[in-house]
Amino acid sequence: MRFRQGGSRMGGLHFTRSALHRAYRGSVLGLAGIGLAACSGGVLDPLGPVGADGSKILINAAVIMLAIVIPTILLAFWIAWHFRASNRKAEYLPYWSYSGRIEAVVWSIPTLTVLFIAGEIWVGSHRLDPFRPLDSDLAPLEVQVVSLDWKWLFIYPQQRVASINHLVMPAGRPVHFSITSASVFNVFFVPQLGSMIYAMPGMVSQLHLQADNPAKTWGISAQFSGDGFSDMQFDVTSLASNDFDGWVAAARNGPTLDRTAYDGLLHQSHDVPPMTFGAVDPHLFHAVATQRIPPGPGPKPGAPPHAGREVTPAGKD
Amino acid sequence: MFGKLDWSAIPFSQPLPLITSFVLILIVIGLLILVTVKKWWPYLWHEWITSVDHKRIGVMYCLLGILMLIRGFADAIMMRTQQAVAIESAGYLTPEHYNQIFTAHGTIMILFGAMPLVLGFMNYLVPLQLGVRDVAFPTFNSVGFWLTASGALLVNVSLFIGEFARTGWLPYPPLSETTYTPGVGVDYYLWAVQISGIGTLITGINIVTTILKMRCRGMSYLRMPVFCWTALASCLLIVATFPILTAALAMLTLDRYADWNYFTNTAGGNPMMFVNLVWAWGHPEVYILVLPAFGIFSEIFSTFSGKPLFGYRSMVAATLFICIVSMLVWLHHFFTMGAGPAVNTFFGISSSIIAVGTGVKIYNWIFTMYGGRVRFEVPMLWSLGFIFTFIIGGLTGVLLAVPPADFLTHNSMFLVAHFHNVIVGGVVFALFAGLEYWFPKVFGFGLHPTWGKAAFWCAFVGFWVTFAPLYVLGLLGMTRRLQHINIPEWGPWLYVSLAGVGILILGVISQLTQLVVSIRDRDKLRDVTGDPWDGRSLEWATPSPPPFFNFAVMPNVEGEEAYWGIKLRAVETQQLAPEPKYEAIEMPLHSSVGFFTAFFTSVFGFAMVWHIWWMAILALVLAFAGFVVFAWRDKHEFEVPAEEVARVDRARRMAREAFLARLGEQGAVP
Ligand code: HEM
Ligand SMILES: [Cu+2]
Repeated sequence: MRFRQGGSRMGGLHFTRSALHRAYRGSVLGLAGIGLAACSGGVLDPLGPVGADGSKILINAAVIMLAIVIPTILLAFWIAWHFRASNRKAEYLPYWSYSGRIEAVVWSIPTLTVLFIAGEIWVGSHRLDPFRPLDSDLAPLEVQVVSLDWKWLFIYPQQRVASINHLVMPAGRPVHFSITSASVFNVFFVPQLGSMIYAMPGMVSQLHLQADNPAKTWGISAQFSGDGFSDMQFDVTSLASNDFDGWVAAARNGPTLDRTAYDGLLHQSHDVPPMTFGAVDPHLFHAVATQRIPPGPGPKPGAPPHAGREVTPAGKD
Repeated sequence: MFGKLDWSAIPFSQPLPLITSFVLILIVIGLLILVTVKKWWPYLWHEWITSVDHKRIGVMYCLLGILMLIRGFADAIMMRTQQAVAIESAGYLTPEHYNQIFTAHGTIMILFGAMPLVLGFMNYLVPLQLGVRDVAFPTFNSVGFWLTASGALLVNVSLFIGEFARTGWLPYPPLSETTYTPGVGVDYYLWAVQISGIGTLITGINIVTTILKMRCRGMSYLRMPVFCWTALASCLLIVATFPILTAALAMLTLDRYADWNYFTNTAGGNPMMFVNLVWAWGHPEVYILVLPAFGIFSEIFSTFSGKPLFGYRSMVAATLFICIVSMLVWLHHFFTMGAGPAVNTFFGISSSIIAVGTGVKIYNWIFTMYGGRVRFEVPMLWSLGFIFTFIIGGLTGVLLAVPPADFLTHNSMFLVAHFHNVIVGGVVFALFAGLEYWFPKVFGFGLHPTWGKAAFWCAFVGFWVTFAPLYVLGLLGMTRRLQHINIPEWGPWLYVSLAGVGILILGVISQLTQLVVSIRDRDKLRDVTGDPWDGRSLEWATPSPPPFFNFAVMPNVEGEEAYWGIKLRAVETQQLAPEPKYEAIEMPLHSSVGFFTAFFTSVFGFAMVWHIWWMAILALVLAFAGFVVFAWRDKHEFEVPAEEVARVDRARRMAREAFLARLGEQGAVP
């Protein structure tokens, strides 16, 4: 088993910015400082507009609710303590069990809170609809994503190159992802870039993301997909525009992703190191998404080591 | 002859499950020997196994639930340990094993731990609180219990014969189809859940009928204790949504057994359909669990504040509101499948609207304490802990219901923290509060308060130390169900979480010690009055434990808080109501139909798992025949003679009179 050095990839490039963010968020949320100071590299430390917007909505909604939740908790404990049986100074109202005025307040406080939240939901769902293209002067880069057992295939149809477990994107330019699966469900998720979305066989999900600056981060699958799931992690690199072109040029030297190579990928394997393909059939993604190329075959047939316990390769390592 | 089954199904090469199974088998054999040597079989058989008394069935449900909670907790310890040690290394559990553990953990905790406990509480309390002698269908009730037990048995058999599912507690296709998961694990899951699901449905129908049809005189709907209202709402949800689960799992079963294509990857199958169906059940399911928990807290807040529940009608309205809205929110479990902004907005808003009903309840509990004399007994500690923990869980739930926020946290450790926050903080805290509260009623002696307090504090602190780090991990991008961890920065949080599990273990130990100590000191802790907490609903009118016919004469209710009214009058007049004229009572006869049906159903399930067709057919026929033969009898009831009723009730009256006299001496005012 190979274990990627996840942590060392973060930080560095965007250190000052993320430090500022951290300070700002830490103070806004007011949650135990320890918690948030450690949130670098996660969804509260976004590298692009989608993540920034999403995490702002997350924090706003939390603040709206905390404004009402904290007083409520304090009230609960104050009342419980004040009216403790041993406190004979507290008034005893053994029959008091109804007050129209309190009832009205009690129904309206949560209603009002939810009204605010509903506003966030309405606006946020539309603005951050993953299918909606991002506002930008630049035309988006097209990336086609196929989740396989247990690795990610990224196809760059405009560049005719492809990569495994390594997503490379130009900084400052939107990327339009078309996402499908060639086996079971997975979720395509790059925490620092923002919204996640399911990769599902026979269907194509769409997602628009952008990294503002050159950076390194990682992505992960958020939907359990079998024995090799834990290593469905991939590197994400955003590069300045000319560096991206350089990467494409270098990638061209890689092997061709033809039908045979793809069939190889369809078979289960786990913890697959990143690699690139220099040429790709432009119709490959379409054929996968429409299942003209049948989905992955699952575990190798053959006698299981235990009756009823068919084990896949990742289980024996 | 034996389908897919042979000796290699037993995990000889895997020490962990092997040793566990071995120890479990030894314990079972030991118990069987003990029962035989002590000649307890006739007692067990007549008084428990074939009992159709709703109280006995309730107790057996709770016992099953507690055993399964312990099993599920063992799974939890293994998982938290694995994630803490498997940071940039393989840990001690292979994916094959780890994946079974988290699947079993979820399935067991929800369907075989929490559900039986909740059903057990409803079974025990609803007839007592409504002032009746039994549920609507007592024999059917026993069938329901034994089918649930049969499901639990199958899940545990999978530990040492074959394997359990490796798909998560909701087996999403296509992963759960034979192409990707050919082993018997998913089949164990399917049959266990189907069989227990039928049991749950039976109980649901039973309780709904009981509440709608069997209340005692004067017990109008708006005089029922809130627990009965929540039981009604919960069972209505069971009746409405368990069939959806049954249908969804039946379709998956056909895919797996008959090569049909409801949810397969190919041939026009649509796996998303399964996700839809399963959550159309799955979300209401969480409210099936939490509504009765709300009922338990309502009883406790009112009793230990010495006041009626604040805003009773508003509480009932909020319960029904939650019951209905909870069926309109299921899509929030897959906002990230790309349904589009309009759909996501609708389900996001409908989900947060549930928080309105919940919020109202919280305020009503708070105002119940206002102007009260709050006694911090153990049940009240759990309830206050619940207020804190559940509010936070509700908050994070609403965060997850905001689609753009869910896009960042779906299926992450943040989600894991959310649902444990509401399920542990809501349901499990309620169950422990309720166990402390009703234990003296059920067994006639109370639980030792000091150990109870220790258990609460360990659980409360342990809970937060275990789950608060998971919120942070979720925000750091850690997804759920990872067998090993590739990002070392997550390590410290996982260690803290593991330390929390250590505290929780202390809590479990305290809880068990409390039970042992209380049994040892039962004479000191004896409840002679039948009303140890100064209760308000009718179950406290009975002696502890209540006689099998509950009430010698059917109560006549004249207001809300039925028993409080009776008690008040007795205290004011310094005497009990005049002795009634006792009459003979008809009670249902014990029946072995439940046990036999469930026995053969377990065999059927096992045979289906292993494709032993002849055995499956035979067992199915026998299960049905057993059902018909044992249920087919001309005499369903026996008569309890009036003298016997009088004898039991006079004893109760004597205890009450002594109690009253003592109150008089203390000059107690109500
Ligand atoms: C205040 C009301 C609540 C809201 C708004 C809410 C919202 C949500 C949402 C949106 C999710 C899905 C998140 C995701 O998968 O990305 C979720 C998951 C979950 N919730 Fe809640 N929730 C609430 C209360 C509860 C309660 C009371 C319970 C249980 C008693 C509960 C149990 C669960 C469970 C078990 C899951 C996860 C299921 C799974 O994926 O395995 N929730 N909740
Ligand atoms: Cu839900």
